[in-house]
Amino acid sequence: MLRYIAKRLLILVPMLLAVSVVVFLILRLGQGDPAMSYLRLSNIPPTDQALAVARQELGLDLPLAVQYVHWLGKALTLDFGRSYVTGLPVLEEILYYLPNTLKLAGFSLLLTLLASLPLGVWSALEKDRMPDHLTRAVAFAGVSMPGFWLGFLLVWLFSIHLGWLPPLGIGGLDHMIMPALSMSLMSMAINTRLIRGNMLDNMHARHVLYARVRGLPERVVVGKHVLVNSLIPVVTAIGMHVGELFGGAVVAESIFSWPGVGRYAVSAIYNRDYPVMQCFILIMTGIFVLMNLGVDILYAWLDPRIRLEGGSNR
Amino acid sequence: MSSTPFLEVRDLQIHSASRELVSGVGFQAVQGRVLGLVGASGSGKSLTCLSVLDLLPKGLRMQGQICVQGVALEDQASRRAIRSSKVGMILQNPMSCFDPVFTIRTHFRETLAAHGMLSADFGQRMLDALREVGFAEPQSVPGLYPFQMSGGMLQRVMVALALILEAPFLIADEPTTDLDTVAQARVLDLLAGLKERHGLGMLLVTHDLGVIARLADDVAVMHGGMIIERGTVHEIFGNPQHEYTQRLIATHLEFSGYN
Amino acid sequence: MSLRDMFRTLARRGVLAIAVLMAVVVCGTAVFAPVIAPHDPTDVVLENKFAAPSMEHPFGCDHLGRDVLSRLVYGTRTSICSVAAIMAIVLLLGFTVGTVSGYAGGALDATLMRFCDVFLTFPTFILAMFLIGVLGTGMVNVIIAVALTHWAWYARIIRSMVLSLKNREYVLAAKVAGTGRLQTTVRHILPPIVAQLVILCTLDIGHMMLHVSGLSFLGLGVTPPMPEWGVMISDARQFIWSHPMLIMLPGGMIFVTVMAFNLLGDALRDSFDPALAVQEDVVP
Repeated sequence: MLRYIAKRLLILVPMLLAVSVVVFLILRLGQGDPAMSYLRLSNIPPTDQALAVARQELGLDLPLAVQYVHWLGKALTLDFGRSYVTGLPVLEEILYYLPNTLKLAGFSLLLTLLASLPLGVWSALEKDRMPDHLTRAVAFAGVSMPGFWLGFLLVWLFSIHLGWLPPLGIGGLDHMIMPALSMSLMSMAINTRLIRGNMLDNMHARHVLYARVRGLPERVVVGKHVLVNSLIPVVTAIGMHVGELFGGAVVAESIFSWPGVGRYAVSAIYNRDYPVMQCFILIMTGIFVLMNLGVDILYAWLDPRIRLEGGSNR
Repeated sequence: MSSTPFLEVRDLQIHSASRELVSGVGFQAVQGRVLGLVGASGSGKSLTCLSVLDLLPKGLRMQGQICVQGVALEDQASRRAIRSSKVGMILQNPMSCFDPVFTIRTHFRETLAAHGMLSADFGQRMLDALREVGFAEPQSVPGLYPFQMSGGMLQRVMVALALILEAPFLIADEPTTDLDTVAQARVLDLLAGLKERHGLGMLLVTHDLGVIARLADDVAVMHGGMIIERGTVHEIFGNPQHEYTQRLIATHLEFSGYN
Repeated sequence: MSLRDMFRTLARRGVLAIAVLMAVVVCGTAVFAPVIAPHDPTDVVLENKFAAPSMEHPFGCDHLGRDVLSRLVYGTRTSICSVAAIMAIVLLLGFTVGTVSGYAGGALDATLMRFCDVFLTFPTFILAMFLIGVLGTGMVNVIIAVALTHWAWYARIIRSMVLSLKNREYVLAAKVAGTGRLQTTVRHILPPIVAQLVILCTLDIGHMMLHVSGLSFLGLGVTPPMPEWGVMISDARQFIWSHPMLIMLPGGMIFVTVMAFNLLGDALRDSFDPALAVQEDVVP
């Protein structure tokens, strides 16, 4: 198990380095002239001379590789520069908004799991009967539903017509319900389908046949052997859902005026505020990667095949 | 040998949605003797075994009568009730028959619990059963996960799981398939020994005539979902009547070179 | 075959037929948008602001007096065109990298696959946002951004297909010893692989559409006045209290269109996948 974790951590380092190279290259190739942006930030008129000085100051006359090393060094010390718009350190601003987004994403993930586990299991147990047809229809609608449209449908129904939930802003649990629902329906649908499929596959597994041979009651056969083997792989899907939920959070924050990091990033894109964009993608990818690492470790711990074999088959 | 057969199957038919897979199979198996059911794969042997314990896959329907100790098992519940308590079963592909997430100990524990036989001396009885099937150091086995063991070892654990419930009859479905030659020989010796020591009755399903010759007292030959010939092992090998049986034996002799 | 199975087969064919019909209607609407749409979708007529449905404007007009039906119809074109372009880029990149990787093997294969892994490390939507942030908004940049965030997955799948093709070719070569090998490959090995790819692409079309309209909704994608469903919803959001239809209609269009392609993908998979047949359950 420790060997497995060590191995995963070791892969993480080159992976994150590669991520940083890609981000750096996209920035440098697409950004236009950083010196110009720098001058804009410092309120210096962009004369030719000022530009040349700025280029030298910023190290833009150096080879690309050297620039990357400088940039990486700063990023590693968590120096992401200052926002072009507010002039404040970017990291502080991002960290100010981040908890709100994580709260929303966490709640959505919880909602996803709470809904999909019973629905997937129920659907599989009642295969080809009414509950199964119903669940599958809802799941099918769920994977086709644009989250932002669902958001407005919810606002229209629960805020405008019924007046049950606040249409926007941050506050208690009631403020979170609609954004979280609009974000998580897709993940819920995907997860429900996944669990149903796993259950049905496992019901045909030979170890389940043998459990019946041994005279175990159906309650134990399904409730233990089918269920456990169907749910363990769902752990790996959590990583994928987190990626989807981050994307969904950006949209939901915009609809519901939720003061999260996604909405902040969108306004940064309108303003071409590069330091903010760069910090945003690095932080979000970092969290995503760490989540996936955690999920993989949890999976390895749950599945003895990996726990004991050191992950030779993955 | 008692007068009523331990397991009797009468006019068994198994249908899928589109066709008949087993048509009119019947046989009697008695305690203390091994009935070999031989035939090519796809001849309906395994389905016949599974139907006895109501284990047919969904979508297959069966008709016919199954009697254990002279009592007809008319409904599903009665056929499920004899699983492992009266009729034990060992399956082919032992590597895939154990739940990979649980240890061997868990498999023993839940099996005994299901039959209300979980008692304080559980650990000792598990070790005894494992010793009986040929584990020289049985205490090392219960903590293992299935994927840490070989096919031959798991096949013997299956036999131990059948033994510990003290079922008087055993169905062995291709018990030597997918095992290497050494493991095959061990499993066959083990089954032969059990018949001697416990007076177990056995239904031995296989496509391997070598296994039949080694273990069976009586033989029934299946082909295309029907039993085409039956008799003692000497009759079948010595004087096969049906053309298919003759061909089966000729092919077997040709390939194995002896027996 | 029992009556129940016959019903099931018929139902499966029925779903496939409906899915194909829906997809054809959607694509047809995109192609013939100028013929179908009664008005120019960008024509601003302020006296028609929030006009109620009428013969002239079946779905009414939006806050700038533009004909909603025409905008919906042209929105189909925007959606289909952008996804077609994304799919073309994704398949081009995926095929190139996947085939080279699969056939070359060795160090080149390893390098290319690590490169793919890097792209798969990012959360998709966030990377697309970042790319648009750097490239700027607009339809072309959205196409590039969504394509760049999706190609790596295709490269991996196409590589694994190439590998299985390679293995089966070796088996085949041993069997038929050269005669008619190419013919057999083309006839028997290629079709299932192509079918698999077609199914995957169909199922992914809906997903890509949601990305494009989601980005456009945020104001990062297709820019007004170009008619696009996500943009229409974004335009109408402040009027949700008074004119909710302006949100319902474009959202419904996205929903139905995405559903059509998901349905088509599912139906195609079901009709190609023999594992659904009842007989396959039999234990050998």
